[in-house]
Amino acid sequence: MTETTPDLMLSNAYQNWYRFSRNPTAMIGLVIVVLCVTAAILAPYITPFPDHVGAVTNFRARHLPPSAVNWFGTDNVGRDIFTRVIFGLRISLLLAVVVLGIAIPTGTILGMAAGYFGGWTEIIIMRITDVALAIPPLVMALAVAAVLSPDLLHSMLAIASLWWTWHTRMIYSITRQLRTQEFIEAAETLGASKFHILFREILPNCVSAIAVKTSLDCGFVILVGAALSFLGLGIQPPTPDLGTMVAQGASFLPDFWWESVLPGCAILFLALGFNLLGDGLRDLFDVEDVR
Amino acid sequence: MSALLSVRDLSVDFTTYGQTHQVLHGVSLDVPAHAQIALVGESGSGKTVTMKAIMGLLRQPPAHIRSGQIFYDGRDLLTLADNERLALRGTAMSMVFQDPMSSLNPVFTIADQMGTILKYADRRLGRSRSARDRMARVHEVLAQVRMRDPERISASYPIMLSGGMRQRVLIAMALLSEPALLIADEPGTALDVTTQAQILRLLKDLVTQRGLALLMITHNLGVVRETSSYVYVMNKGRVVEQAETATLFANPQSDYTKSLIAAVPRLTGGTRYGTVTP
Amino acid sequence: MEFLSFLIKRVLWSVLVLVGLSMVIFVIARVVPGDPARMALGPRATPEQVATMQAELGLDQPILQQYALFIEGLTRGDLGKSLLTERPVNDDIRETFAATFELVLCTMILAMGFGVPLGMIAAYWKDKWPDTAVRFFAIFAAVTPSFFLALLLQILAGYVLHLLPTTGRLPNSMEFEASWTGLLLIDSLISGRLDVFGEALRHLLLPALALAAATMGQMARLTRASMIDVSRQDYIEAARAFGIPEWLRVTKYMLRPSFVPPLTIMGLEFASLIGGAFVVEMVFAWPGMAAYGIRTILQKDLNAVMGVVMVSGVFFVLVNLAIDVLVGFVDPRVRIRGRR
Repeated sequence: MTETTPDLMLSNAYQNWYRFSRNPTAMIGLVIVVLCVTAAILAPYITPFPDHVGAVTNFRARHLPPSAVNWFGTDNVGRDIFTRVIFGLRISLLLAVVVLGIAIPTGTILGMAAGYFGGWTEIIIMRITDVALAIPPLVMALAVAAVLSPDLLHSMLAIASLWWTWHTRMIYSITRQLRTQEFIEAAETLGASKFHILFREILPNCVSAIAVKTSLDCGFVILVGAALSFLGLGIQPPTPDLGTMVAQGASFLPDFWWESVLPGCAILFLALGFNLLGDGLRDLFDVEDVR
Repeated sequence: MSALLSVRDLSVDFTTYGQTHQVLHGVSLDVPAHAQIALVGESGSGKTVTMKAIMGLLRQPPAHIRSGQIFYDGRDLLTLADNERLALRGTAMSMVFQDPMSSLNPVFTIADQMGTILKYADRRLGRSRSARDRMARVHEVLAQVRMRDPERISASYPIMLSGGMRQRVLIAMALLSEPALLIADEPGTALDVTTQAQILRLLKDLVTQRGLALLMITHNLGVVRETSSYVYVMNKGRVVEQAETATLFANPQSDYTKSLIAAVPRLTGGTRYGTVTP
Repeated sequence: MEFLSFLIKRVLWSVLVLVGLSMVIFVIARVVPGDPARMALGPRATPEQVATMQAELGLDQPILQQYALFIEGLTRGDLGKSLLTERPVNDDIRETFAATFELVLCTMILAMGFGVPLGMIAAYWKDKWPDTAVRFFAIFAAVTPSFFLALLLQILAGYVLHLLPTTGRLPNSMEFEASWTGLLLIDSLISGRLDVFGEALRHLLLPALALAAATMGQMARLTRASMIDVSRQDYIEAARAFGIPEWLRVTKYMLRPSFVPPLTIMGLEFASLIGGAFVVEMVFAWPGMAAYGIRTILQKDLNAVMGVVMVSGVFFVLVNLAIDVLVGFVDPRVRIRGRR
């Protein structure tokens, strides 16, 4: 909107980074997220037993407690849990990326359209949103799993088919407030196209809210996905999945506690990272009402 | 002359983001009983801080009272304990708030809010009154601020009332326990000019009829001329001039006052109150 | 008067959402699978069997007519027959819903009863240690998967400390027919069986806690933010200037206006609470509707699953209706202007 010299932008970015880096929770969040993403990407190279991802069995090494060799112990067929947890992060992150990759653009465009155009566009979009809010994403995924088959892709699509509503609601309320502001009216008076107003005037003003919500949502999508696979409706074995590991380990509780507790902690850790990061961004951008 | 309220050499600091600024530099002013005094200055001149210090509403920190005394009826308010201070608010000295739109709690009826104020004011004064008597008093005060239908007004929520009516409710709240001193913070600035004129007229009438002392805080010289007999002019945390109202307008001494007077638009045949638009 | 028209609008609105919900379910149940009859009968069914079933389900009719039939069934409360239990889905759900309702109700009471005061404490001591503690709790509550929390509580309170029972609603040895409301806590009191009431409460505690934690944290966070926002309003400063004592300012003047945003969001978050119930009921072998839903999904029992989804949706809509009415009572602005 305004011309900014590169110099100023640089110092602005630096200022933001400075403020961000002084916020301890945000920094912890960022470190956790970076750590998890890197580990997930490099999983085949950094894990001690990459071949334990498949249907390997090693009955002599079943139910071993955590040790220097098997950091998180071994499961009921003798596979290294630490290796499987790191690979499990991949599925969780993939789920978050796909779901939000669909939900955020959809939600943003629909929210801007509803908020800016008003009239029938607004009524139809927001009413559909209200219906979609009435179905819990987990329940939707369960229903789709019943109709089609329980697998990761179906779950992702089912969750994404509802998740956009939250983004639509958020972007809608921001756009509604922006619509009456003078810089939008000025652009309209100057004859700017609708496209220009939506994507060049309104969208930049939503970016910080979207960033905060994306970060928080990554955590929540991962939790829903984990719940699904805990119920046996996620990716099918032997591919390692954190929720499935908790469910399988649960039958050996409390004696072989590490088999479900440690994968559970991994889910918690990942969701915690995204949540702290989102919280920190919220303070940084000063967007109080993004949840 | 022994004043009802006397501020002596008040200096206040504010600390924000690790930096300390002095916002009041030895402010002194007197409000004698039954007198109508104005404190005028532009935004940032320190008049609001002075008012809050008098009412005991300054948040400490960020504010810090560095030195000075505030005497009310011979007692130094700054040496009083918190609960003694609280006991004076709403009973001995009361305040008329500026913004009628945001100064009333949106989720309680007028009767509820006024009744609660009265209940705790009575308790502090060691009086007791039945709920019915309290309501009678609420209706009486609402009638005093020239509300036509006190029963209906008191049963209303703030959202059901117009800005002018809400401002009257705020005045009524201040009058509930018959304080000797009324501090008015630019009442009516948020309203349109005609309504503001009515509110000021009402306030002036009430003060004269009931023999109250009034300290009018404002940025508006038109308001000063209408409502006060003596003026203090503040600028940058200092009192730069003080005089009888008529004298001040006829013969301003400081350059700052002269520039303030020059800024009042002179409308021939216009409104009775000149307005300095910020 | 204004409240009545607000109420009528809100009810009409809920009906509209329910119609939309029925369409979504119809699409999932009848359109997405391609051929529901084949799906129900399995791959080994003969073409004749499939054709008979299609006629039985009305699948040979045009799609709009099928929808009309579906709606007609819904209005009669007929959700079809369950393949798993071979009984009307309606009866199955009616029997299991009370357990879910009791669990969810206690969860909401727990979440509000602890979440709101925690938020008040955090707001009152903003940036002091109680605030830090509450925020810490809220974040951990939000990011702990409910199934994981359920398992942890089960191990800790059940197996390690032997404090509380970990499965079911009542001990097997206890005979009790909840015949009035289906809610054990209430029915046991009506029939004067205090022993049943105690046991029901003990059984309820762990599942309700596992389910409530996330909402409790969310409530604490929202109440905190809302209280801080309200505390900066002029009317709070005015109350201070008029000599209203601090405890009253906090518990009355601040609490009531700050109550609306958390309450409204609590309504919307109710969907995720129902979602959580599916997991928690599985872990604690709670004989509720969600557990029934999971069992039927694994059996590809389409009618039962759609019934469960529909009832969850209706539950959500009714809870939100109730919350809106409550918000209307709390905040006159809503009932006078008719919007949030």
